[in-house]
Amino acid sequence: MSDLQLRQQRTKQHGLNPLSLSVALLLIMAYSLPHSQALFASLFPDLARPVYLQEPLADLLWQHIALVLASSAVAVIIGTAAGLATTSPVGHSFKSMIEMVAAMGQTFPPVAVLALAVPVVGFGERPALLALAIFGLLPVLQGTLAGLASVPTPVLDSAHAMGMAPRHILTKVQMPLAFPLWLAGVRTSVIVNIGTAAIASTVGAKTLGLPIIVGLSGFNTAYVLQGAVLLGLLAIAADLAFDQLANRFDRTPR
Amino acid sequence: MIKFENASKSYAGVAAISNLNLEIEQGELVVFLGPSGSGKSSALKMVNRMVAHDGGHILFNGQDITRFNVQDLRRRMGYAIQSVGLFPHRTVAQNIATVPTLLGWDSSRIQARVTALLEMLAMSPEQFADRYPHQLSGGQQQRVGVARALAADPDVLLMDEPFGALDPVTRTALQLALKEIHRATSKTILFVTHDIDEALLLATRIVLLNHGRMVQVGTPLELLQHPINDFVSNFLGQADRGLKQLSLQAIAPYVKAIGGAEPPHAIAHTATLREAVSCMATYHVSSLSVADASGKIMGQVNAVDLLEKKHV
Repeated sequence: MSDLQLRQQRTKQHGLNPLSLSVALLLIMAYSLPHSQALFASLFPDLARPVYLQEPLADLLWQHIALVLASSAVAVIIGTAAGLATTSPVGHSFKSMIEMVAAMGQTFPPVAVLALAVPVVGFGERPALLALAIFGLLPVLQGTLAGLASVPTPVLDSAHAMGMAPRHILTKVQMPLAFPLWLAGVRTSVIVNIGTAAIASTVGAKTLGLPIIVGLSGFNTAYVLQGAVLLGLLAIAADLAFDQLANRFDRTPR
Repeated sequence: MIKFENASKSYAGVAAISNLNLEIEQGELVVFLGPSGSGKSSALKMVNRMVAHDGGHILFNGQDITRFNVQDLRRRMGYAIQSVGLFPHRTVAQNIATVPTLLGWDSSRIQARVTALLEMLAMSPEQFADRYPHQLSGGQQQRVGVARALAADPDVLLMDEPFGALDPVTRTALQLALKEIHRATSKTILFVTHDIDEALLLATRIVLLNHGRMVQVGTPLELLQHPINDFVSNFLGQADRGLKQLSLQAIAPYVKAIGGAEPPHAIAHTATLREAVSCMATYHVSSLSVADASGKIMGQVNAVDLLEKKHV
């Protein structure tokens, strides 16, 4: 029996898929938390307003997801393109420079990137988008480069020796073989961005970070808890989704 | 078919191959033999321009290889290497079909070819065609590697220590399979190895290289009987050079009519002198009966005759 069949069988035996479970939990929480006045009033009796009602939490969840999707899409496109460009004879000489620039982008704290972005593009979603895209770039780039480096030299040599054109070698050999590590890079990028997007609320982006930041500045622990629970569930759901995707394409020898 | 004319290659000023002159005819199985760093692998890779020569000329079918489109040239030359280099994300059938697919064969022709090649290499198509390389043993992987190299019926087969990483039993099986393929298809094969026994078994001609220079060229027997210098005789194995010679000669010219009692132990008429000597040593006898294909005794060989020099 193949590994894939074994894995599928294992999932079936589990009955409930952890991904659907975490997604369901996330949605239930997002829509039910605003109506759980009684619960939070009993947990936090000192707070006058124990439930975050300034904005619907579900709206914040969707806006958070949209921000992460948009910024990660930019990061994935640019990161992948830059990584693939290093396989061309011209791009190869830029490889170390590309790596260095991306690594430098990563050393800036996200808050600093946000603060620097505000005077340039103003308050709101745009500085958040810019900062997250820059931040998500490095893991994607590293994943792409690591994936390309993981293609065994004899495999590449054979491809050349059999008369495959460089274009075919890239699309039919290098890209499929680099895919698992590339996906791991995208996964890291997206998960990190889900967390970092919360900080983007400091510059006016509407994300799940909003109740956390409002709660922290107003000493309202209940708000922090509500934001953090949803944020955590979102990160878990996204990670599980990537896990399933990675398993589906996993054909590495064992 | 392939001609090296003063072909040279140097890496950062160090010569890997200097002034190689060699003409390889259609149907030869030429083994490039030599110690590590002798340039034998570079010489092979120069033929399909995996290594670009920087001096002299290399001709393929009378035309300078630099005048071919490099991809066209490579598609006309099968290529197999020690680490096999199968595509891990493609099935056995897809791996073998690589070059035919590049050449635009239609799918029924490709499938027929894949089936025929797997059968030729003693691998059941039903069992193996849809497997992935990591589901195969090392020997099976190399069989697929050889099948892939042969897939588009190339004019030339280039093999760079293809059996070097295999266990002795598997290696012997594949050597014999290759010998049979060579006999059946009379393809021109260029084969690189540092294994003298492999070279003696396979080669129709051996090119012995050292420090990027050709030291001696000839049939296996010529090299063993007439090594031109100490390097050649040392490399071929000073101590058991005689035994190696025996292994290249058939007993046929030494068979005599039975004189007196028929010797109790028999060997096949296709045996080599080495096998005959070994058999005598095993049974402590000085003569053996020789049986033909049907098992009928056709004569005998005597120890004293075997060591006599016969014209070859």
